[in-house]
Amino acid sequence: MNDNTSVLLTLAGNFALMSLFAMGGANAAFPEMYRLAVDVMHWMSDRQFADLYAIAQVTPGPNVIVVTLIGYHVAGLAGALVATLAMCGPTCVFAFYVGRVWDRFKEARWRLIIQAALVPISLGLLGASTLVIARVAGQSWQTVALMLVTAVVTYRLRLNPLWVFAVAALLGLAGAV
Amino acid sequence: MPDVAPPRPTPTLLQLLVAFTMIAIFGFGGVLYWSRRMMVEERKWMSAEEFNEAYALCNFLPGPNIVNFAVVFGRQIGGTVGAFLALLGLLGPPFALVTFFGLLYAHYGNIAVLQRMFVGVAAAAAGLTISTSLKMWQPLLRERPGIPHLVALATLAGVGVLRWPIYWVLGVLLPLSIGLAWWMRR
Repeated sequence: MNDNTSVLLTLAGNFALMSLFAMGGANAAFPEMYRLAVDVMHWMSDRQFADLYAIAQVTPGPNVIVVTLIGYHVAGLAGALVATLAMCGPTCVFAFYVGRVWDRFKEARWRLIIQAALVPISLGLLGASTLVIARVAGQSWQTVALMLVTAVVTYRLRLNPLWVFAVAALLGLAGAV
Repeated sequence: MPDVAPPRPTPTLLQLLVAFTMIAIFGFGGVLYWSRRMMVEERKWMSAEEFNEAYALCNFLPGPNIVNFAVVFGRQIGGTVGAFLALLGLLGPPFALVTFFGLLYAHYGNIAVLQRMFVGVAAAAAGLTISTSLKMWQPLLRERPGIPHLVALATLAGVGVLRWPIYWVLGVLLPLSIGLAWWMRR
């Protein structure tokens, strides 16, 4: 087994395992990704991890895409593919079959009960992660102001938020936030 | 709950692919906002309640939740092919983009400009998350105050305010919530 294959296998194994425990989405898995990439495997420095995180955040798409970048950094295009497939593949297959059972028992009492139990908890978790995200992003009065204006504008108006992001990026570029 | 909602339009496979591609390429700072906007507000393929129910299921499945949502919704529309197309739309364009950025980073290794933009984008993304959360809480807030409200607030307080470990909070609240839901529907 050559070096490259073993790196790809390490990527596949670690991200597949991580995906199974990533309750609450990719955001919840970031600390674990950091531990793996920086502390355990020494694939990159602390600074490089922060850079890759920033690149993934300004790239549109699901947050999980940071995994693609880590894979690319470690083993090029093959690494990007392997890391992404490992992070999403097994859980997608699982979601596919759970979705099928969930649909088949659409009217079943047990499904309605579980659904009624899960909805408020998931809303609570969403609210909790919103608090965390807001706390991390709102480091200065400028960022807090930008955050609140975005929240109000996108809640009240049917404006396309892409405009807000363009302005926010320009403000950042100009050093105004 | 009796289903009295009017019948909703069903997307074709092409519409499915296009919708998830748009969710991906517009989705700065996360894709929850655009998923909801596309499904509930623009295409009206789901009601606000149905979206919350699907989100709740996908949140509790292992793995990234909107990726799970693409699989679950895509499967409903077009089986294996539908799930695959939704995934392709959601992950394909970001994969290509981020790999390209990774290539640039490997060559230049300096993202000072991007880091500055990132500060602004992160703040706007947090604002967008706030408004998405508020919209998703609305169906709950419209109901008469009751047990689901207490469960939602307890989760929010335990995980978000007191910062208790998520598995401990869920270990207590999940069985409790299921028990209460069962008791209310006896």
